[in-house]
Amino acid sequence: MTAAVLTVRRGGRTSVWTALGSAVVVAVLAYLPYAVATSVTGTIVTFLELLAMASMWNLLAGYAGLVSVGQQAYVGLGAYSVLQLSDWGVPPYVGVFLAAVVCALIALPTSLLAFRLRGDYFAVGTWVIAEVYHLVMTQDRALGGGSGRALTTLSGLDPVLRQAITYWVALAVCLLSVLGCDLLLRGLLGLALTAVRDDEVAARGAGVSVGWAKRVVYLVAAAGTGAAGGVILVSQLNVAPDSIFSVQFTAYMIFIVVVGGIGTLEGPVLGAIVFIVIQQLFAGAGVWYLILLGALAVVVAIRLPYGLWGTVSRRFGIRLFNVGYTVRGLDKNP
Amino acid sequence: MIWVNAIVQGLLLGGLYALFACGLSLMFGVMRIVNLAHGDIAVLAAFLAYSTISFTRVGVLGATLIVLPVFAVFGYLVQSGMLSPALKVGPLSTLLATFGLSIVIQNALQQGYSADTRALNVGSLVSASLHISGQISVAYLSLITFGLAVVVLVALQLFLSRSSTGRIMRATADDPEAATLSGANARHVYGIATAIAFATVALAGLMFAMQSSFSPSIGPTRLLFAFEAVVIGGLGSLWGTLVGGMVLGLAQTLGAQYNPAFTLLAGHIIFLAVLAFRPQGLIAARRTA
Repeated sequence: MTAAVLTVRRGGRTSVWTALGSAVVVAVLAYLPYAVATSVTGTIVTFLELLAMASMWNLLAGYAGLVSVGQQAYVGLGAYSVLQLSDWGVPPYVGVFLAAVVCALIALPTSLLAFRLRGDYFAVGTWVIAEVYHLVMTQDRALGGGSGRALTTLSGLDPVLRQAITYWVALAVCLLSVLGCDLLLRGLLGLALTAVRDDEVAARGAGVSVGWAKRVVYLVAAAGTGAAGGVILVSQLNVAPDSIFSVQFTAYMIFIVVVGGIGTLEGPVLGAIVFIVIQQLFAGAGVWYLILLGALAVVVAIRLPYGLWGTVSRRFGIRLFNVGYTVRGLDKNP
Repeated sequence: MIWVNAIVQGLLLGGLYALFACGLSLMFGVMRIVNLAHGDIAVLAAFLAYSTISFTRVGVLGATLIVLPVFAVFGYLVQSGMLSPALKVGPLSTLLATFGLSIVIQNALQQGYSADTRALNVGSLVSASLHISGQISVAYLSLITFGLAVVVLVALQLFLSRSSTGRIMRATADDPEAATLSGANARHVYGIATAIAFATVALAGLMFAMQSSFSPSIGPTRLLFAFEAVVIGGLGSLWGTLVGGMVLGLAQTLGAQYNPAFTLLAGHIIFLAVLAFRPQGLIAARRTA
């Protein structure tokens, strides 16, 4: 008689296929500027910005339970960081990545205040904080005050080349965000967050530093969202405080994450695809498209709490990104 | 004297903010829901009153008497149709559902009424004021709003502490399961709480619309003010909400007096300062609601 052999490991065949498939998709995406018109890459840049932001919001809300309605703070601060750095002589494409660092630095003192609020109050509190950054930026005359300013340091580049570089930077930011979430969740932090999500009190009892785990997530989310904000500036070439600090960005993040499936890494990807398709189909319909998004968010929140991907994943047991573990051997009788 | 005037106006403005805030406070206290569409509900009420007045010529008072019951019913329906199922799913769902509702209301108003600003016409009352001395004069509308806020807060306090529905509401807030076991209909109680919240915020929206112009996009800012008033005053304390509203109003008018660009910023900074140094709020609740 042989004893049952239980092996615990990550993933399996699906995750290998995911890695291969993702590599192919990324390679194709990276080649696109040579193959298609700039209008197509422009739409994909929007998609990549949204996916990066949504992945970060998913990390915050889906894994750390920090439901923020103030992530537009970092979209705006990221964009303005790139603008300020470019005034100081830093090339904007480098600035996009530095903006991530700047936003993480700003997020640290911000978290000290915001973390005093819990749950729903955290959500509205972060919104107030975003408004403060918004109002402060409108006071900065050098950066254009209330009416905003243009980014001029890229105007020397040939437009086709500029759009191609912007596209690759957007792709890099998006990849870093999605892969960053994956790596983060595979590590010790992922374990701590899972424990906190399941039972915060028990996690504390087991020695998990809950505050530390949440703060790290908050900083990472600020960094990723800030870089995405930087990408918005280099693709639009101008920034106005009222639009870059608009709560609409967070609304989009929430929509993408919730429709796609909160608390899964695949969810935001699916959600962002749904979002961009709806946007392309209904862009001509003006505000009706926003009404549709809002109504869809209500329906999904009530009827489909796990989102599209979560529902599929639960039914068929598929996980493309394996941040959990699979126990094998349980089904074999000894 | 200008500064004294700013202080008086700020304190009175606090009444309006308290009126905005008490519904938010009630819904959070009873159901643990922060209604992200709170401000948009107020704006929706203002637009409904605007249309009522222009179609039926009933006047502002008549419109108010029509709009408030409509919003109480609307609140009950939103609770039973949307919030109640969302509550069953989890706390995130209520946040998302109300956020979705907020986006729907804002954009539907934008579609129906365009982005133009409007005002509710109250005739000569809009400029009528009580002249106190020198540069200090108080608009009757601000006084009425402040008075209404006090009346609503007293009524709410009495309702919660004295009436049997209020008692059941407090019991449900403390422990919904135990209250249900004792025969309370939690769903109905939640519906009543939401009805009260919607009616009071509709009233706030109307008072606001009589004093300043409004447009479909101003809802979120009203929500933030209401929220700040609740947190500054202290969670779960109705009188704290009035104090919080007055502190917020004071900060805004004093900030505006210093430099008009600082109006909103001054309010937000006071809020953050309270959060940093006195997170339990200026008036801590006796009972954690």
